[in-house]
Amino acid sequence: MGQIMDEVIEDETAFVLRLYSGERKNLVPILQDVCDRLGYLPRAAMERIAEHLAINRGEVYSAATFYNQFRLSPPGRHTVKVCMGTACHIKGGQLILEAWERELDVDVGGVTRDGQFGLERVACVGCCAMAPIVVCDDVVHGRTRPTTVKGIITNLNEREHDIRGDSGQGD
Amino acid sequence: MIFEEIRDRAIREWEGLRNSGRPLILIGTATCGRAAGAMEVLERIERELGERGIDADVVQVGCMGHCYAEPLIAIAKPGYPPILYGYVTQGTASQLIENFILGDDPCLEFALGALEENELIPTIFDMPRFRYERRILLERCGFIDPQNIDHYIANGGYSALVKALEMTSDEVIEGVRRSGLRGRGGAGFPTGEKFGICREAEGEPKYLICNGDEGDPGAFMDRAILESDPQSVIEGMTIAAYAVGALHGYIYVRAEYPLAVERVRFALRQAEGLGLLGQDILGSGFSFGIELVRGSGAFVCGEETALIASIEGGRGVPHPRPPFPATSGLWGKPTLINNVKTLSIIPHIISKGADWYSSIGTEKSKGTAVFALAGKVINTGLAEVPMGTTLRDIIYGVGGGIPGGKRFKAVQIGGPSGGFLPESMPDIPVDFDSLTEAGVMMGSGGMVILDEDNCMVEAARYLLDFTQRESCGKCTMCRLGTKQMLNILEDITNGEGRLEDLGLLMELAQDVRDGSLCGLGRTAPNPVLTSLSYFRDEYEAHIIEKRCPALVCEKLISYYILPERCERSCDACVGSCSVEAIYAGKGGVKVIDQEKCVKCGICLDSCPPQYSAIVKLSPLSLVPPEEKKPEKSEEGDG
Ligand SMILES: Cc1cc2nc3c(=O)[nH]c(=O)nc-3n(C[C@H](O)[C@H](O)[C@H](O)COP(=O)(O)O)c2cc1C
Ligand code: FES
Repeated sequence: MGQIMDEVIEDETAFVLRLYSGERKNLVPILQDVCDRLGYLPRAAMERIAEHLAINRGEVYSAATFYNQFRLSPPGRHTVKVCMGTACHIKGGQLILEAWERELDVDVGGVTRDGQFGLERVACVGCCAMAPIVVCDDVVHGRTRPTTVKGIITNLNEREHDIRGDSGQGD
Repeated sequence: MIFEEIRDRAIREWEGLRNSGRPLILIGTATCGRAAGAMEVLERIERELGERGIDADVVQVGCMGHCYAEPLIAIAKPGYPPILYGYVTQGTASQLIENFILGDDPCLEFALGALEENELIPTIFDMPRFRYERRILLERCGFIDPQNIDHYIANGGYSALVKALEMTSDEVIEGVRRSGLRGRGGAGFPTGEKFGICREAEGEPKYLICNGDEGDPGAFMDRAILESDPQSVIEGMTIAAYAVGALHGYIYVRAEYPLAVERVRFALRQAEGLGLLGQDILGSGFSFGIELVRGSGAFVCGEETALIASIEGGRGVPHPRPPFPATSGLWGKPTLINNVKTLSIIPHIISKGADWYSSIGTEKSKGTAVFALAGKVINTGLAEVPMGTTLRDIIYGVGGGIPGGKRFKAVQIGGPSGGFLPESMPDIPVDFDSLTEAGVMMGSGGMVILDEDNCMVEAARYLLDFTQRESCGKCTMCRLGTKQMLNILEDITNGEGRLEDLGLLMELAQDVRDGSLCGLGRTAPNPVLTSLSYFRDEYEAHIIEKRCPALVCEKLISYYILPERCERSCDACVGSCSVEAIYAGKGGVKVIDQEKCVKCGICLDSCPPQYSAIVKLSPLSLVPPEEKKPEKSEEGDG
């Protein structure tokens, strides 16, 4: 996704704010909606939200940093989330995460230099029976190995180039 | 519309589907099914049915709990019993259509069993696990379309609400109280009593919250129920609201469960559409509305006061109790907060009666418990057993034991701060009080099974790392004490621990327990305490011998190629190595350059099983001194 133009931030934030009244309880749902639309919470958006709810910016920022779900910097074009929950850990989740870090040449929490991939950790997506789990964009991959990393990346790239391509069923 | 009409129509639809004369294909598309490829299988089935012009019904259902065998499909073809198939690939799906739907070969080689008694094949209920299981909450999961309220109603749904609305609220509360139901969110507080306190509490309006945060990693019972049978939760919430006099409810679902969010949202609209939720429910004069709230990925928000703070808007930080939410909760008003499973069992208790419910389970822990089995167990997935079932029966009877003939070592139960139960206690009855006595917690139902290849010290370090990250930072002991404990555990797993550290760990554990406000900090030391008391020898091996007995801790292990087992002409490991650390040494025997090795473990996977030449060694001193690495010129042909 990369950096977003100021007008887009302005428009999208304004769009979300029109859906919500200025009540304090709407803070988290607004942050969620803005983050869903923009991929992260730019400073300008948080400022607009603070004005809308008539609270200070610090409060918005404090909520935004409290929850793991919110990003404050632009995400990669694709997001790879490696599960670090207990079941995945017991089945070698750490080795999977390290394999992703090596393959993408980025530390967890970061975005590759070309902006293609963001690598994140997630604390369980509830698919523990299929551990270890990796979620790429919105697709959950079960029973992954360090050796399946390359295949998942190829798959993502293919899907992008050929939207109608049959992805097959993993291996 | 009166309920009889709603129900009759639902039954007609359900029976119509079952007796249409057309083949009926059920496919499990809950998250676990999807992770195994269910959506691709569904696409293939729909495409083939379309292309071949076959008249059949395809229905997406939730999770049956046999997650290990996903993707699952069930086929009901006239003239045959409904049959369940597991491990279905796109290829198997095509074969089933070709040979069974079009032909008359039910492909029993792919079948797990029939879903009804019949002459042809055994049913899945003949599996050994069903000797131990008793399915009440999970009964409908995987058998009905969660996005079709008629399926729920045709299978008994909402009749409990009708019955409750004819009772007084006191009678409902009394029924729940007599059933002996205790909360399934972790602490096991008597639910009837909580209802009573909230009912009596002063203040209007009252609120009701369904806690679907399910933050415990390794637990997925609530997700499965929300995705597979969401109406049961909505019905339970409505009955509870009627009992305590709440007009407005929230269902808080964690952000990591997008499919559950979607299905609950849809289910709410369907219930409203039929007048089972909203103004003047079924003409009773009772009104109740439910709003869906998405969590935002903070573990502590599963704690009730933090969850309430989060709904109010802002940081989800816990507050001291008392006051308890039942008297002063959301916006200072009386608020009933219960777990997903607690609420969804309520309709069963109302329908079948308190005596029926209290006849199941043990004296102090009534009913069934739903567990999520994960980790090193064969049948990963969901299990529902009467309270008091032994650990052995759950892991071996239902779970099928440990894969690969490995030895069972421990089970991590009760969430990240529940603690470990060791293999030496296989006959412990799993209920609230027996577990508390053993120093662990029942929690909400996650069981992660560890085998001989898991290191207890490392597992304790992992869990503490988790709680430490998730500490909201309000209490000093929770914020800093857990950090200190984590540092010590890291030293030990890195081979830099000292024996005195063990005493220090115990002391810190006590301080963190005493100095924390909410359950997160108060229970965070449990994994350390239980692993220390049941597996002290492992801690000592790390400290004294610099050895990790389970061969897990990276700093204490090396990968090594046994020269006598190496096939020499095989290059599998060399090609697999992610950092080019493996080279051909003297006579073609492969050697790992220990300096370069990042211990990713890929070579171990790649070495063909007939050679199994790669092993892990600990302590590091077991690796023989390396032979000299060949010079550049020879390296080229590797
Ligand atoms: C750190 C922490 C996390 C919790 N997480 C959850 C959770 O994810 N789901 C849940 O139902 N209860 C959770 N609880 C328990 C709740 O505070 C509360 O006791 C429960 O929702 C009450 O429901 P019950 O009476 O039905 O058990 C948690 C408690 C603590 C201390
Ligand atoms: S622990 Fe990874 S999905 Fe639950």
